[in-house]
Amino acid sequence: MSEPAAGTATTTAARAHARSQAGAVVEAMPTVPARAWPDPPDGVAPERLVWAETVAGGGYTSKVLARGTRLRLTDLAGDACAHVLLYNADQPWERLNVADTVKVPWQAYLGAGHPLLSDQGRALATIVQDSSGCHDALCGTSTRRRNGERYGDGAPQSATPAGRELLLLAGLKHGLDARDIGPSVSFFQGVRVDPADGSLRFIGAQTPAPTHVDLRCELPLVVLVANVPHPLDPRDAYTATTLEILAWRERPTAPGDALWASTPELERALLNAADYSEARGIA
Amino acid sequence: MSLTGLGQRVRSDDQVPARAPWSGRVAAGDTLAITDLGGNQAVDFLVYDAADTSERYSAAETIAAQGNIFLDTGSVLLSCESRPLMEVTADDCGHHDTIAGACSKESNTLRYGHHTRHQHACVENFLREGARHGLTKRDLVSNVNWFMNVPVEADGTLGIVDGRSAPGMSVELRALREVLVLVSNCPQINNPCNGFDPTPVRIVVATSQP
Repeated sequence: MSEPAAGTATTTAARAHARSQAGAVVEAMPTVPARAWPDPPDGVAPERLVWAETVAGGGYTSKVLARGTRLRLTDLAGDACAHVLLYNADQPWERLNVADTVKVPWQAYLGAGHPLLSDQGRALATIVQDSSGCHDALCGTSTRRRNGERYGDGAPQSATPAGRELLLLAGLKHGLDARDIGPSVSFFQGVRVDPADGSLRFIGAQTPAPTHVDLRCELPLVVLVANVPHPLDPRDAYTATTLEILAWRERPTAPGDALWASTPELERALLNAADYSEARGIA
Repeated sequence: MSLTGLGQRVRSDDQVPARAPWSGRVAAGDTLAITDLGGNQAVDFLVYDAADTSERYSAAETIAAQGNIFLDTGSVLLSCESRPLMEVTADDCGHHDTIAGACSKESNTLRYGHHTRHQHACVENFLREGARHGLTKRDLVSNVNWFMNVPVEADGTLGIVDGRSAPGMSVELRALREVLVLVSNCPQINNPCNGFDPTPVRIVVATSQP
């Protein structure tokens, strides 16, 4: 085989040029296979990893995860904000219902032990660890129009993309469209409600980075993630730092686990997820 | 309630039975008024851009933009693209809910137990009434609950508690573009949102156009 010509003037040279790019390492990228991730969580054998990726501020990603997978989102530097949508991978018309997610547990603020509920009365996921304590299930994500006003642009190709634009792109890759991009939750930047008058207050991140939140998939899930500033983030600059995503094989919550019967509402949400999974043949 | 007193012409005037749905188009500039006839009756409400129903009410956009979870006079209902759909122009009750969503047969099993699985629920009304307009389950999102009282405490505890409404209280909304409105006159009987006794409401659409 002859030496490739320099440059990209011929197909041979262009091919060589393209292939010479492989192996580069950048701050935000997937690691494939995930088991090659250099630093698995404590106690997690590398071969159990199924997803390892870093997402820059203004970026998005998605994955289909099996029931029983544990998903860890890590705010590495303190200014990540992970906007998340979840769908039952078998039937994506069943999706995250943010209203039920706060109403059913009688709790507006997401934290350890909180389920992320579908509109079908099932736990899509449960929050099994949370070292941040600052999340939001009320304010959704940013829009193109709002980012245009705030930062000058909100288009996906801009330097200041809106969360809804990115979640829509992520969804389109799973056969979803704008009608499927419903209310989302976000992790790592908190909001609180004034109990006296209902006003909203952005509290951002209160715990030094890195912080993480672990979700356990109680059903097979399509997971969409956009890492963009929270819509109430008051800073003038579009501020979003890198998000790390790891996922590994575990098992769904089961009777006997402390979480299972921690509240009667959660127990029934897990029972309904198990009931679906058994009938569907994926328990 | 003084729509006609304001010189407006009534386009429709419906009494929505207890537990029943309602839907209608409201032209830009027209007003929709909902009256809680019996008191303490939650009215679940969704609104869509009539020209493109993929653009619909967003609770998150609405409350983030106004910095408050409650709807009151002056609140603007925003779409998922941050565009205005309707504005609250008059309100006897105040502090309407934006976060607790609609009851469903499925969520009733979580909230109250599986014995409630076959009770009628708001999502049933939204699905059936929405289907008349080509909408599907994918088009249902977090809705407004007029006349429903959902406080959030300092530690995040929230819940549906006894209502602030009373017989005859109304809320009026002006359409800021042509919209499609879906309503479920809430049939819930397991919490105080309807005083444990669902009752009819009146929905009037009026115009100031000649």
